[in-house]
Amino acid sequence: MEIYWVIGIPFVGGALLALWGNRAHAPEVNAAFSLATFIAAAVLTARIIADGPIVTPNEWFFIDPFNVFLVTLTAFVAFTTALFSRPYMRIEAEHGRVTAPRLRLYHASYQVFIGMMLLALTTNNLGILWVSMEGATLATVLLVSLYRTPSSIEAAWKYFILCGVGIALALFGTILLYFAAEKVLGAGGTALLWTHLNGVKGELEPVVLQLAFVFLLVGYGTKVGLVPLHNWLPDAHAEGPTPISAVLSGLLLNVALYAVVRSKVLVDGALGTTLAGNLMMGFGLLSVVVAAFLLKRQTDIKRMFAYSSIEHMGLITFAFGMGGMVANFAGMLHMTMHSLTKSAIFFAVGHATQKAGTQVMDDIRGLIKTNPTIGWGLMLGAIAILGVPPFGVFASEFLIITTAMHEHPWATPFLLTALGVAFAAIFGRVQPMVFGETELPRLPHQPALAPVFIHLALVLLMGLFIPPYLADWYRQAASLLGG
Amino acid sequence: MTAGIVLQVAQTLLALLLAPLLIGWVNICRAWLQGRSAPPLLQPYYSLRKLFHKDATLAHEASPLFRFAPYMIFACMVLAAAIVPSLVNDLPFSPAADVIALVGLFALARVFQALAAMDIGTAFGSLGARREMLIAFLAEPALLMVFFTASLISQSTELPHIVERLAHQEFAIYPSLAFAAVAFWMVSTAENARVPVDNPTTHLELTMIHEAMILEYSARHLALIEWAVALKLYTYSVLGIALFLPWGIAAAGDYTSLPLALAALVVKLLLGGAALALLETINAKMRLFRAPEFLGTAFLLGVLGMLTHFLLEP
Amino acid sequence: MSLTYHLQVVNLLAAILLLIAFAMLSQRRIVGLITLFAWQGAALATSTAIVAWSTGQHHLYYSAALTLALKVVAMPWFFFRLVRQLEVDREVETMLNIPTNMLIGIVLVIFAFNLALPISQMAGTVTRSTLGIALASVLLAFLMMIARRKAIPQVIGFLAMENGLFFAATSATYGMPLVVELGVALDVLVGVFVLGIFFFHIRETFDSLDLAHMEKLKEH
Repeated sequence: MEIYWVIGIPFVGGALLALWGNRAHAPEVNAAFSLATFIAAAVLTARIIADGPIVTPNEWFFIDPFNVFLVTLTAFVAFTTALFSRPYMRIEAEHGRVTAPRLRLYHASYQVFIGMMLLALTTNNLGILWVSMEGATLATVLLVSLYRTPSSIEAAWKYFILCGVGIALALFGTILLYFAAEKVLGAGGTALLWTHLNGVKGELEPVVLQLAFVFLLVGYGTKVGLVPLHNWLPDAHAEGPTPISAVLSGLLLNVALYAVVRSKVLVDGALGTTLAGNLMMGFGLLSVVVAAFLLKRQTDIKRMFAYSSIEHMGLITFAFGMGGMVANFAGMLHMTMHSLTKSAIFFAVGHATQKAGTQVMDDIRGLIKTNPTIGWGLMLGAIAILGVPPFGVFASEFLIITTAMHEHPWATPFLLTALGVAFAAIFGRVQPMVFGETELPRLPHQPALAPVFIHLALVLLMGLFIPPYLADWYRQAASLLGG
Repeated sequence: MTAGIVLQVAQTLLALLLAPLLIGWVNICRAWLQGRSAPPLLQPYYSLRKLFHKDATLAHEASPLFRFAPYMIFACMVLAAAIVPSLVNDLPFSPAADVIALVGLFALARVFQALAAMDIGTAFGSLGARREMLIAFLAEPALLMVFFTASLISQSTELPHIVERLAHQEFAIYPSLAFAAVAFWMVSTAENARVPVDNPTTHLELTMIHEAMILEYSARHLALIEWAVALKLYTYSVLGIALFLPWGIAAAGDYTSLPLALAALVVKLLLGGAALALLETINAKMRLFRAPEFLGTAFLLGVLGMLTHFLLEP
Repeated sequence: MSLTYHLQVVNLLAAILLLIAFAMLSQRRIVGLITLFAWQGAALATSTAIVAWSTGQHHLYYSAALTLALKVVAMPWFFFRLVRQLEVDREVETMLNIPTNMLIGIVLVIFAFNLALPISQMAGTVTRSTLGIALASVLLAFLMMIARRKAIPQVIGFLAMENGLFFAATSATYGMPLVVELGVALDVLVGVFVLGIFFFHIRETFDSLDLAHMEKLKEH
């Protein structure tokens, strides 16, 4: 029953850290709990690959190849982020930006946040999915405003209100879904269980489901950061502590998208039309284009990469919207690549800004001279996220674009233009930061950037060669999602 | 038929008698609520008697219209009071008791009032008339919306049918009438120059609306107008009762339940008067430019009532 | 009208809910807003209890009790305390002018009624016709959140929205499964708690709960 371990460890960790999170060794405890979660997730994954999808006897949890891959990814990035946050938050504390009680809040919330995301991924109940999504927001609101600066409080407020409204709309969608399901499955607990719903999706009332999906897409889409509901995202990323930016970008957006995709599977089954897919493609494409053009105007490095996250989430949404084996495969691959790369970038950015003492890009120069490790980490990360071969992002983007060319040729020019603009914007910004002239002396000590290079190595590896069992696993998941 | 005519006359006379009493009762309640010593219940009668015994003074510039207006206004109000079912439903005048006609009747009285106020050419008269017309312009559509909501339920704009439907058929709760009731209260305060739109006791130039129009009147003219004001309040009260609390009104031709109907009417008027006094005490008069907002809200509530009717009362 | 009386009462309460939603839209004082919110919760709890009684759906009693405890007692009390502590109880709000708000509100109501019509015809519940009202209250609360510039009114708008959603769940399906409802209630409770902390941070940092101060993070 690894699943209970996967869910239980973070919550126990959260409770413990809420009590002792201000102690000196709290960052290590945080990392240890994250490691334990990751090990449990790995064991769970091994079992799913061996035995196929499982449903717990009480039907509370349901794990198939699609969500288990996200569980692993979440647990892994959560672990590496915990590793990164260990020195990072220490330095922040030394700089006096956070106090001991706030560190306690930080560590406890971090674990609860991870737990909520894992719960959202593994629950079989779409109502609980909603509850845990909202829980994940609440766990991070106070983290975004951790520094208590005016702009961080403003960002957190925006985050709370916008996501709150979004999530309320998603609740209405869930109610409508329950309403449609209740007719087929009868009232009571089973009508919101995904396993049951998936079995009867053809009998669900199409009109209601159509409306339900619109609400679910808009609701969870707010959390994914789809344009035009993306306003909270750059602020929350820029103003929160960097480890939080990394997990928001790398994980929370994925989990929200997971909720959308799960709903899409049901709606497709009920409607028998491409309505859900078209809506997702529309929102996805809009996000890609708008975010790409906004990238150029950013001056804050974390904001810029936040917009890059919007762009990539748009791309993934677009891929899942197209549907079909290849696009789903590409979407999942891109989810993985984006999570790994973007969190790596945020780690590097975190160190860079910490050393430079600013997030304004014009004031960060010559990282390669002051600290080659950070410089190379940032440069490689930027190259990877821009889809330069041989990194994995290239493979997934290539798959998405070729599929789009094949099935929706009209969308290709938009995608290519947006990717080109994004390339110019990000590369043009990162290049001077890494190679520009600087008078600052070389830093005395080396930052611990192991997580950055582990992530980038994985991305590189996946770009060069996807192990057959992994490809097989993705294929299984892709076929579950259908067209 | 003759019984009908007798009853019709009786109901009209009753209205004429009860109207000043209602004003007196509201004043008493208000005095109690505000901790003042209350005037006698019959005070409005004393005032009317005093005014009727005085000699009328007229401005030099006054035209016949100025002298004619009080009679016209009084007649309009008596007619309005006569056609609204208060004791018995479906009397000889009933065919005239159409809600739209009723709104027209009020409008006619108001036009004369405003014309007479402007007739003398004083600043206050014109000011009052202008304000009155502004309020009326906003209040009338709202009043019509309230009536339409009630008409939708009974499928008729004739008051006897509405009352018949609401009072004497199977009891049902109409959520749309909840909206209409709130809107009706808001409109009535505006139409009857009560707080929070106007204050019947004020003579402060900046705020008064209705009082500004009748400053030039004296003696019997003023008495008629005061009586008409009382009748208007009475008519609105009875109208509110007919629309929202119609139980107790005797059905057409049912003379045995007349005493009961009378008792019910008096009790409802007593309660209604007390409620009015209470609302007037807890509300403050709003500034004039807030009145459009207030009446706009009343109108929207009327519209909401209609919408709710379509949604909830198929 | 072939509905039984208690269901007519539910309809009446639904209408009152909508009325309160409009009143909130036009309410300028924060204290008045909190009172209205409490009344809305009371109407909601009563109607849920009546639905529970008339349909024999016992789990709805828990929902009603939960609503009563949270939204009529705990949260208004918490907000009143907060308002007193933050000394904003006399604050009057500047916002979009009220008639415009109201007009937009009416349009939203018509939209909601139309949207809900096909769905409510499909519903098997006796309370189905109130679905339109539930949706309308959600949209009105949404409008209120957009139109407000102060922190507490925005949050009350958010909670009013949740009220509307809850009402939708009750009227369309006799409520969600209990475990979900408990989860939602927990989320809302934690959310309000987090916000309480948050208000103090905002207050500390900006010396006001007026969100007009929060305009630094705009798109450049």
